[in-house]
Amino acid sequence: MATVPSRLTSRVGTTLLAALICSAAVTSYRAAGARAPSLDAPTASRHSGTDATSSLQAATRATPLPRRIVSLIPATTEMLFAMGAGNRLVGVSNYDRFPPAVDRVPRVGGLLDPNVERLLSLKPDLVLVYETQSDLKQQLTRAGIPMFLYVHRGLADITQTMRTLGERVGAKAESEAAARRIEDQLAAVKARVAGRPRPRTLLVFGRESGALSQVNASGGYGFLHDLLELAGGLDVLSDMNRQSVQLSTEMILTRAPDVIIELRYGDSLKRDDLAAERRAWNAVASVPAVKNNRVYLLGGDEFVVPGPRIVLAAEQFARTLHPEVYR
Amino acid sequence: MADTTSPLRRRFATTLLAFGALAAAAILLAPLVGSTSISLSKAFDRSQPFADNVDAQIFFVARLPRVVAAALVGGGLSLAGVVFQALLRNPLASPDTLGVSAGASLGAMLAITFHANFSFFGISAVPLASFAGSIGALAIVYALSTARQRGTSTMVLLLAGVTLTALLSAVVRFVQYLADFTETFQTMRWMMGSLDVASYAPLLAALVPMAVACAGFAFLPRVLDLISIGAESAAARGVDVVRAERMALVSASLAVGAAVSLGGPVAFVGIIVPHLVRLIVGADHRLVLPASALFGGAFLIGCDLVARTVFAPLELPVGIVTAIIGGPIFLWLLFRRA
Repeated sequence: MATVPSRLTSRVGTTLLAALICSAAVTSYRAAGARAPSLDAPTASRHSGTDATSSLQAATRATPLPRRIVSLIPATTEMLFAMGAGNRLVGVSNYDRFPPAVDRVPRVGGLLDPNVERLLSLKPDLVLVYETQSDLKQQLTRAGIPMFLYVHRGLADITQTMRTLGERVGAKAESEAAARRIEDQLAAVKARVAGRPRPRTLLVFGRESGALSQVNASGGYGFLHDLLELAGGLDVLSDMNRQSVQLSTEMILTRAPDVIIELRYGDSLKRDDLAAERRAWNAVASVPAVKNNRVYLLGGDEFVVPGPRIVLAAEQFARTLHPEVYR
Repeated sequence: MADTTSPLRRRFATTLLAFGALAAAAILLAPLVGSTSISLSKAFDRSQPFADNVDAQIFFVARLPRVVAAALVGGGLSLAGVVFQALLRNPLASPDTLGVSAGASLGAMLAITFHANFSFFGISAVPLASFAGSIGALAIVYALSTARQRGTSTMVLLLAGVTLTALLSAVVRFVQYLADFTETFQTMRWMMGSLDVASYAPLLAALVPMAVACAGFAFLPRVLDLISIGAESAAARGVDVVRAERMALVSASLAVGAAVSLGGPVAFVGIIVPHLVRLIVGADHRLVLPASALFGGAFLIGCDLVARTVFAPLELPVGIVTAIIGGPIFLWLLFRRA
């Protein structure tokens, strides 16, 4: 991997695929009637009843405060930093790039290709693992290393996970304060746009560059959908009840959103390219968002990582949807 | 040749007319149906500006280009399938057999992963790169097939194609491995095929190589009939086998490149339609070639119609529908005849 351009490997994309991988699990979980948004990861894992979980709980009781933590998920890395436990990280995933301090922490692979040998050599006393990393979970169980299981869910779960994680790493008060701060800031954004008309919004996650094809959009579920609604938008695809939807041209025309927000990951585009990308939407001229020039391209990691920076994402959404309030 | 007597000619005419009617019906009827119901009279109402007319936009931007794309991709892949099966004398040969499809995929993959955003006459980066990839693969196949003066045996060509496909697919996976997850998802989705082109520029662009390919195919029927029996007997009847093979190779690969860059590597059409058509019309390539083009177009229009309506408002990737619908039909026909 050393020869690979670093921009490819360092990009924070874990969250989206992870979300896709577990969307089936999430759907079935929701189908079971458990719609309560506040659901922390360890509780969720109890449903699956794996060996890893029971030994995790045993280990939880046995070990003292973790001092050498490995986080394989950018979101939990950011949470640890937010609660002042970032200095206890001895390993992070290849996709971590915030805060800048993570650059000093050794990398131990990603969601699909964790480097177990490297991970074990760091002698961690707690590993933050994604729920679907079953091979890794088995290996860590065999090695007797305690785990904290994590899975992406909705917006309310982010601060909830922070609290659970804080308790696990012995930073209960700090995590509570950090979580409360995020909740307050989100509430402030919500209050600021309260009472404004809510534009019907299409939130696009990706498409083929330069063309209106392979359009992938928010389908009314997940933290980005929640953030959009919090920031005073109405997701035009709410009824789909899916994390992401492959959208046809016909559907775009039929749903006729008032605003289109397109998230761009990776390198920031140059001004000309941005204009060209916005022009691709002119193919669907009858859509109000296109007609009224309300197609926006937003970029930034805060839209990918469901961690403490969601406040920034919420603010960006609110500014985009309700510019008059932020004037 | 004695087989141009009038009853035979009449059979040709009626068969092609039937297939032509099927294709025409598909092209005319498919745009009328979709995930939403639209009013045709409103769609054709010129008094309202086009940009404000939702019905017209749905008909002319969302549906019509998509149906035409399905016709072009289905027809192109089926023609290429017929040619490869005859040329390689192998019923399992398909448009992907010689690696052209894998080359197209690699091109698309690179464009998606490296965020290429160049464009050319309204054609965006991914189809352009994909067509370039197919031309690259075609050049390799052609160089291999002309490496020996006296032509390459079909067995060698087939093995070379399989190897090239494996090689290019490995590079595709390597690029995917390096890519970000969002890009991996996009490439994965591209590999399933999609005909939702939403404009006419890509259709026009695909028409150019398709037309060149069809001009090549026009010379092929008699030659393919003879070659599919055996290269020696074809040569004995005065066919320049080496030249004919090369022409078939280049035209079929051009058609595949155009089709894949337009709709992605839609699975199954190129292998199944030629067999279906042969089961219906027999083995004469003067019939099989045009009938496959017409039937392949109609078949893919039908599959795409299913893909965009059956779970509406959600869509299925068309490549999945072609296999799920085509597979059982083909098995049924196969065993009914046997």
